[in-house]
Amino acid sequence: MNTPDTTPNTPATRDAAGREAQPALLPPVDVVEDAGAITLWADLPGVTREGLNLQVDGDQLAIEGEVTLQLPEGMQASHAEVGVNRYRRVFTLSKELDTQRIEANLNQGVLQLRIPKAEHARPRRIEVQAA
Amino acid sequence: MYRSLFPRDLFAELDRLQRDVQQAFDLSPTIRGIGRGGFPALNVGATPQSIELYAFAPGLDPASIDVQIDRGVLSLSGRRASSLPAANGGEAKERPVVHINERFAGEFRRTVSLPDDADPDAVTAGYRDGVLRVSVQRRASAQPRRITVQ
Repeated sequence: MNTPDTTPNTPATRDAAGREAQPALLPPVDVVEDAGAITLWADLPGVTREGLNLQVDGDQLAIEGEVTLQLPEGMQASHAEVGVNRYRRVFTLSKELDTQRIEANLNQGVLQLRIPKAEHARPRRIEVQAA
Repeated sequence: MYRSLFPRDLFAELDRLQRDVQQAFDLSPTIRGIGRGGFPALNVGATPQSIELYAFAPGLDPASIDVQIDRGVLSLSGRRASSLPAANGGEAKERPVVHINERFAGEFRRTVSLPDDADPDAVTAGYRDGVLRVSVQRRASAQPRRITVQ
């Protein structure tokens, strides 16, 4: 939030250090797998649709969000449990997941991702042939 | 306010753990305990005119959040439903598998004691992007005033 930053945080140093180097909160998630897809819920309170950044790079899924709060002019923080205004969490996807068809939905600070499995990876019953 | 000196999340977590341990050994904690780490996470701030409270409570129905002020103590309570599938029903092989279960579910309640000049009749609360903001005005009689010398 509106804290004076002790480290030099100019755009140049920030870019040099990379996005991964910035302090970020690890959002809690639930992950559930059913026959057709993996569903992920992540708690990202304070993140707007514009502040959310989802990226798939190879088999890495990165969830990033920027907290935007409307703070009144001249507010002094007296107690803060959320002291960093950024969330970041990265997951490694497995190859049977179809990253082209991920559905994302952000509702009141909860991100829901549905990552379907590729058609060829859907469960099939294998018949055992009697010899 | 807290900001991690180390860039990695693991170090931030260790740092947080250390602060929690330090707080547990604090000789005069508040009567309602340490409070940190509960749901929802709270940030509290103040301006000369108001006390501002931000509760990071994503995924709630705004109508179901109960905000009360009783004798200078503000309490937030409600219930958050689980997104996980029910444990029973269906055949075992067709049942969804829960791989990670970290999000809070169930009843919650957090309390904050307000300063003496808070006006319990002038409170506004709004819920946006999963953050509940409660704004309590300070009494006009407690505002700084300039007194003219006769």
